[in-house]
Amino acid sequence: MSDLGYDAAHMLGAVVLLMSFALLYQRRLFSLLNVFTMQALALTATAAWQAYSHGEPHLYITALLTLVLKAILIPVALHRIIVKMKIHRTIEPALGIGLTMVAGVSLVTLSILLVLPVTADATALTRENLALSLSVVLLGLLMMISRRNAVSQVVGFMSIENGLILAAVGAAGMPLVVEMSVAFSVMVAFIIFGIFLFHIRERFDTLDMQKIESFRGESD
Amino acid sequence: MSAVAVIVATPLIGAAVLALVPGHRLGARLNIGFSAVTLLASLVLFALEPSSGALFVVDAFNIYLIALTAFVGLTTSVFSAGYIAHEIAVGKLDERKLRFYHAMYQAFMFTMLLALSANNLGVMWVAVEGATLTTVLMVSLYRTAASIEAAWKYFILCGVGIALALFGTILMYMAAQPVMGPGMAAMTWTELMVHVAKISPAILNLAFVFLLIGYGTKVGLAPLHAWLPDAHAEGPTPISAVLSGLLLNVALYAVLRFKMLLAANGQAIAPGPLMIAMGLASLLLAGLMLYRRRDVKRFFAYSSIEHMGIITFAFGMGGPLANFAGLLHMAMHSLTKSAIFYAVGHAVQVTGTQRIERISGLTVSHPALGWGLLAGVVAIAGLPPFGVFMSEFLLVTSTFAREPLLALPLVAGILVAFGALVLRVQQLCFGAPGTVEGSGVPVASVPLQGTLVPLYAHLALVLVAGVWLPGPLVAWFQTVAALLG
Repeated sequence: MSDLGYDAAHMLGAVVLLMSFALLYQRRLFSLLNVFTMQALALTATAAWQAYSHGEPHLYITALLTLVLKAILIPVALHRIIVKMKIHRTIEPALGIGLTMVAGVSLVTLSILLVLPVTADATALTRENLALSLSVVLLGLLMMISRRNAVSQVVGFMSIENGLILAAVGAAGMPLVVEMSVAFSVMVAFIIFGIFLFHIRERFDTLDMQKIESFRGESD
Repeated sequence: MSAVAVIVATPLIGAAVLALVPGHRLGARLNIGFSAVTLLASLVLFALEPSSGALFVVDAFNIYLIALTAFVGLTTSVFSAGYIAHEIAVGKLDERKLRFYHAMYQAFMFTMLLALSANNLGVMWVAVEGATLTTVLMVSLYRTAASIEAAWKYFILCGVGIALALFGTILMYMAAQPVMGPGMAAMTWTELMVHVAKISPAILNLAFVFLLIGYGTKVGLAPLHAWLPDAHAEGPTPISAVLSGLLLNVALYAVLRFKMLLAANGQAIAPGPLMIAMGLASLLLAGLMLYRRRDVKRFFAYSSIEHMGIITFAFGMGGPLANFAGLLHMAMHSLTKSAIFYAVGHAVQVTGTQRIERISGLTVSHPALGWGLLAGVVAIAGLPPFGVFMSEFLLVTSTFAREPLLALPLVAGILVAFGALVLRVQQLCFGAPGTVEGSGVPVASVPLQGTLVPLYAHLALVLVAGVWLPGPLVAWFQTVAALLG
C-alpha cells in the first residue's frame, strides 16, 4: 500500500479516537450528540477510504450505513427525544477535561501495550488500527460507567459499536455479513433503547438512572 | 431440505405466524405446536450422520444441546399455556401483550437454535445478540417499574458483553486471516478447526479473553452476573425457565467452542486457570448470596449462577473426566432448574406472592406441586439418586485426584449452597399453608391452573440420568470431552 493510503487511514482512525475523548467531557446533551455525529462522520470516511484503497467495494455499504444511521437518523431521533422530554437544559456531571485526558491516555496506552506485542506478524496498518479501535471501545466503556443519564449511556454504547466497526473495516476481507449485522443490531438496539426511554419517562418522569436504580426488585 | 434447516426455520415461521394470530388460547396452542415440530425435527438429527455445510454444523457436541433446547422449549411452552391463562384471569397481561410474548418466545427459540447449529462465528454472534434483544423484551413484559429496571440493567450489561464478544470475534478473524486468507473460511468453525494449529497463538489468546468476558457476561459468571437475578425475578416465569435452562447453556457453548480452538492450537495459553477462577468466584459468591434472598425466583436465579460456576470450573479443570462431568451437568442443570421454575411459577400463582416467607406448606395445600418442588430442590442440591449428583460427584472426585487444593473451595461452595437450599425448601414445602397474599382466602382452596406434566417429565429424565445413562450419550460426551482438551 502507498504511503498516502497508510497515512490517510491512520489519520481517520485517529480522528475517531479523538472524538471519543471529546465525548467524555461533554456536559450538555446536544453537544454530546454533535460530537457523536462527528465521530460517525469520521468513521464513515474511514470505511469509505478502506473500501477505496483496498478495493473492497462492500465496505462502501458499511460506510453508507454508518452515514445514514449514525450520522443522520440516530442523532436526529435522539435530538427529538431530548426536546420532547425537556431535558435539553440538563447539565450533567461528566469527567473534567484534565481527568478525561489522564484516564483516556492511560486507556490508550493500555490498549497499545496489549495489542502491539501480540500482533507482531501482522501489517503495521492492522496493528495500529486494532490499537485505535480497542481504545475507542475502552473509552466508550468508561463513558458508560461515568454517566448517569440514559441518553448519554446510549451514546456511550454506540461509541463502543463505532470502535467495533473501526476494527472490522480494518480487518482485510472480513465478510460483509458481520458488518451488516453490526449496523443492523445498532439499529435494533437503538429502537429498543428508544422504547425503553419512553417507558422510563412514563414511569419515572426522569431519565436520571440513579433514581431508577433505587427501585430494587427486592426490599431488603 | 436438511433437518437442521427445519429446526431453525420452524421457530422463525412460528414467530411470524404468532405475531399475526389474535387470541391467547390459539396463540398458546400454536406455540406448543411449533415447539413440538422443532423437537421432532431435532430428534431426526439423531438418525442422520453428523454433517457440516457452509451454514450449519451438527456434531457430537451440539447435537445433544439442540435436542435439549428443543425439548425444554416444548415443555416450557406447555407450562406457559397454563401460566398465561392465569395471568390473563388476574388481569396482569392482556391479549396484545400476549401476542407479542408468543412471537418473541418463538423468536427466542430461533436465536437459541441458530446459535447452537451455526457453522459461522459471525452468525453465532448475531444469534446470541438476537437472543439478548428478544429476552430483554420479554423480561420487561409486565411494564412494572421493577421489570423495566431489570430489563434495562440486563440490556446494558449484556449489550456491553455482546460488544466485547464481537471484538473477540473480529480478533479471531484477524488471527486466522493471515493463515487462511480473507473470506468466509476464516470465520467457519469446521475450517478453523482444521487450520487452527498454524494460527499465531498470541492474537488467539487476546481474542479468547474478550470472548470469555463477553459471552461470560451472558453465562452469568461473577463478577458480571448482576443482570441475572433481576431478569429472572421480574419477567414472566416461563422466561425465567428458558433463561436458566437454555440461554446460559448456549452462551457457555459459545465459550466452549472457542476453548476447543485454543485446545486444538496447542501453543495458546491454557484457558483453564481463567475459567477456574471465574467459576469458583461465581460458585462461592452465589452460594453465600443464597442465604439473603427473600424472593423465591431471585433465590433460584442465584442457584443458577452457582451451577454455571460449577460447570465453568469443570471445563476449566479440563481432562476427560471433568469435561464429561461438565457436559452432563449442563444437561442436568438445564432440566432441573427449568422444572423448579415451573413449580415456582405455579406456587407464586396460587399464593399470590414471590416472597419466600409468605409461601409455606405447599406439600399440604397442593401435594403434587409441593412434592414436585421438593424433588426438584433435592435434585439441584446434588443429592442422589438424581443426575446432578452424578455430575457433581464425578467432578469432585476427579478434582480431588488431580488438584486437592482446588477441590476444597469447590466442595465448600457446593456445601454452602446446599445449606441454603435445605433451609429454604423447608419453609416453602412444609409447615402450615398460609393465605393468599392480599386476601383471607386459604391457599389450599385455590385450584392449581395448568398441568404439572412438564415438571414431572423433567424430574423423570433427571432421575433416569442419575441411575442409567444411555450408551450413545456417554460416547458423545466422551468424544466431546476429548476435543475440549
